[in-house]
Amino acid sequence: MRTLLTLLLIGGLGGTVLYQATDGLRALTSEGARRVAVTDAARPVPDVTLQDQHGDRFSLAELEGRALVINFIYTRCPTVCLALGDALQQLQRALPAERLGGDVLLLSISFDPANDTPARLAAYAEWFRAGDGWRVTRPLSEEDLHDLLERFGVVVIPDGRGGFEHNAALHLVDPAGRLAEIRDLDDVDGVRRWLEDAS
Amino acid sequence: MTRGTRSGLAGLTLLVILAPPWMRTLLEAGMAGHMLLQIPLLVLAGILLAGFLPAQWRQRIAAYNRHGLSGLLLALLTLAYWMLPRSLDLALESGWAELLKFATLPLLAGLPLALSWRPLGMIGRGVVWSELVAKLAVLGWLYLEAPVRVCTRYLVADQEQVGRALLVIALLLAVALTLRAFLVDHRRPVTTQREPGEDTGHRRPKDPAVQVRHFG
Repeated sequence: MRTLLTLLLIGGLGGTVLYQATDGLRALTSEGARRVAVTDAARPVPDVTLQDQHGDRFSLAELEGRALVINFIYTRCPTVCLALGDALQQLQRALPAERLGGDVLLLSISFDPANDTPARLAAYAEWFRAGDGWRVTRPLSEEDLHDLLERFGVVVIPDGRGGFEHNAALHLVDPAGRLAEIRDLDDVDGVRRWLEDAS
Repeated sequence: MTRGTRSGLAGLTLLVILAPPWMRTLLEAGMAGHMLLQIPLLVLAGILLAGFLPAQWRQRIAAYNRHGLSGLLLALLTLAYWMLPRSLDLALESGWAELLKFATLPLLAGLPLALSWRPLGMIGRGVVWSELVAKLAVLGWLYLEAPVRVCTRYLVADQEQVGRALLVIALLLAVALTLRAFLVDHRRPVTTQREPGEDTGHRRPKDPAVQVRHFG
């Protein structure tokens, strides 16, 4: 009897802890947790200064009023960034011309600003045939880079071969300037539908 | 010095070896070191620490732990928490989570496992071993095949290395268990050395065949 009660107590407490620790069984990984946290509570994006492939500088706050699709990349990336670029390319094709560059903007942000000069960003943009509605950018200070990665929950670790590994996803910022959703990079259709609703 | 004290001191020593920042950095640099070395060693430290428990305490605990079920459940739930990829990430990001790992794995997984192992009986232990082999193999295969990087703090190559290691461990364990099933004579009662006053949680006189080996 005492053992039975102990079992019930341990099972109840342990089950509660595991339920809490997985956001109600919704997220087993920290990437999953990041997405759940953003969906549950949209968070304002930091106001940082970015420089695009043409060398033009602008602040993220200036883009308020537009829906943004953001991916984090570095231009030397041989693997997952190509898929990320591909996703934005598909979006560029799928979105009506009047919206892209109008109330919707695609934004690639490099987390390797030391290497990714505007010339490299321009080469990346050209490779993916980025039009006016797709800006390929880098932050200009270490603090801005840190703030961006922190707020978006992007973790970048060196891969030991001079490159990086990082969590790859499409980050959706609503017209109010809040990070509202994080989607898989192959969920282009889902992102397109979200953009239709966001306008 | 009694055998229990010696075992407890060994557990304490193991914890002291695992705790310094440089040792943690070393073991946690790769996913394999973290999952397959540090975590099992923390559990082992808890198993050894159980030697410190006086006989009266063991007796008192045994009343709440018939057939070793409560201890086994506690250990499994604790291990389940630390099997979550996000728990590993959290332990790397937060000192508090790391401290929690160093407290819970020995005290809530290793220690209860040590107190429950004998009371579980041969069948209970057999179930634990076979489940362990199956889970390690499935996990290894998952880690090799997963289309996603499960820990944001570790590389994909790390994850695949862990997957291969898990499959190898599962295979070796399966071979060892099979060999033992054939080579150890279960009919022969084996006398085991035991501390006087050490309690196993059983009240009834035991069938000698059931208590062949402590960790068998």
